[in-house]
Amino acid sequence: MRGYNMDLLNLIAAKANYWTYIILMMVGFYALIAKNNLVKKIVGMTIFQTAVLLFYVSMSTKKGGTIPILHHGETTSLDPGHVSALVNVADYVNPLPHVLMLTAIVVGVATLGVALSLAIKVYKTYGTLEEDEINLQLRNG
Amino acid sequence: MKILGRVTVILCGLLLLVYVGEFPDFADPQSPASTHVSPYYIQNALEDTAVPNLVTAILADYRGYDTMFEATVIFTAGLACFFLMRLPKKEERVVFYRHRATGVTLRIDDCGAVPKDTQAFHRIDSQWVPRDLIIRSTTRLLIPFVQIYALYVLAHGHHSPGGGFQAGVVLGASIILLAISQDLRSAISKIKEKTLGILSSLGVLIYAGTGFLCLLLGESFLDYGALASLLGTDRVMARSHGILIVEVGVAMAVMSVLIWIYYNLSSAGKQDEGL
Repeated sequence: MRGYNMDLLNLIAAKANYWTYIILMMVGFYALIAKNNLVKKIVGMTIFQTAVLLFYVSMSTKKGGTIPILHHGETTSLDPGHVSALVNVADYVNPLPHVLMLTAIVVGVATLGVALSLAIKVYKTYGTLEEDEINLQLRNG
Repeated sequence: MKILGRVTVILCGLLLLVYVGEFPDFADPQSPASTHVSPYYIQNALEDTAVPNLVTAILADYRGYDTMFEATVIFTAGLACFFLMRLPKKEERVVFYRHRATGVTLRIDDCGAVPKDTQAFHRIDSQWVPRDLIIRSTTRLLIPFVQIYALYVLAHGHHSPGGGFQAGVVLGASIILLAISQDLRSAISKIKEKTLGILSSLGVLIYAGTGFLCLLLGESFLDYGALASLLGTDRVMARSHGILIVEVGVAMAVMSVLIWIYYNLSSAGKQDEGL
C-alpha cells in the first residue's frame, strides 16, 4: 500500500508539468467548444495556446542546467576549433523549444489581433457576439 | 451543448492523463527532446556562428527559414487586420475641441475644424476625461527608457537574452503605452500608419533580401557565411553579423505590425478616436 502511494506521488510530482498543461489545455478547450460568446471562445483559444507554450518550454528543462547562453568569457581567447570539447551538453537547457515558442508567442499575439478584428466585424454585422443568435439570424436570412 | 462539451473535454483530458506515465520525467536530461538535435546546437553554435546565445543562433541561423516565415505570418496578420478593419475617412463627422485656457468645449458638425495653427484649442475625443497628471508625466518619463531598453535588447541579443522579436514587442509596447496614456491621435502623430506599413514590409524585405544576397553571392539561401567578402570578416563572424541584420528586420516588422494592429483595433478602423 505504501509503495503504491509512493508511485502515485512520484507520478504526480515528477510529471507535474504535464498535469498542469493538460488541465490548462482542457480549460481552454472547454471554452472553445462549449461557450456561446465569441470573445469567450477567443479567450479559450489563448488559454489553449498558453498550455502548448508551457508544454514545450517545460520539455526543454534539464536538472542542473542553466539558461542556453554559453559561458564565453574564457573560451573566446581559445582556438575556435576547441570550443566544442569544453561545452558539456547537460549544463545547458535545450534551446530548441525556446526558439519555437519565442516566435509562437509573437505570432499568437498577431493572430489574436486578427481574431479580435473578426469579432468586431461580426458584431457590426449582426449586432451580437452570441453564437446562437448569429445562427438564428443566418437561418432566417 | 454544455453537457456534450463537458463530456468531450473530460474524455480528452483522461486520454491525455493516461499517457502522462509514458512521458519522460520533468527536467530529465536524457529525455528524447534533449538528446537528438539539440546537443549539436549546444556544442557547435559558438564555432559555427560566434554567437554565445544559443537561442539567437538557432533562431536566425540554423532555423532561418522558420523565422523568416514567422515574420511573414506576422506581417500577413497585420495586413489582414488592416483589410478587415480599416475604413475610409468619413466626410460628415462631429469633432470636439477644447479651449485650453477656459476649458470650454466646442462641438463642430459637418467636417468643420478650427485652424491648424491655433494653439488655443486642442482636439479631444467625444468621451474625453481630463488627463491625469501622474499618468501623463510618468509615461512621458518612461517611454524613452523603454525604447532605449528595446534597442539594447536588440543589439545585445547575441550575448544575453534578447533578439529581434523581444525588441520589436517592447518597442511596439512603448508606442501603445503612449496611445493608452494620452490618446490615439498623439500616437498617430508620432508614427503614422503609412510609416508602419512601410516599416513592416521593409522588415520582412530585409530578412528575405539578406537571404537572396547570399544566393547572389553563390551560396545557399540564408547562409550568412557568404557575406564574409562584403563585410570584410571571416565566415564565422559574417554569420554573427548576418544574424544581427535579420534581427533588425524582425524587430522592425514586429514593432510596426503590433502598433498597426492596435491602431486598427482600438478605433475599430477609423483611426480617429480610440481607447
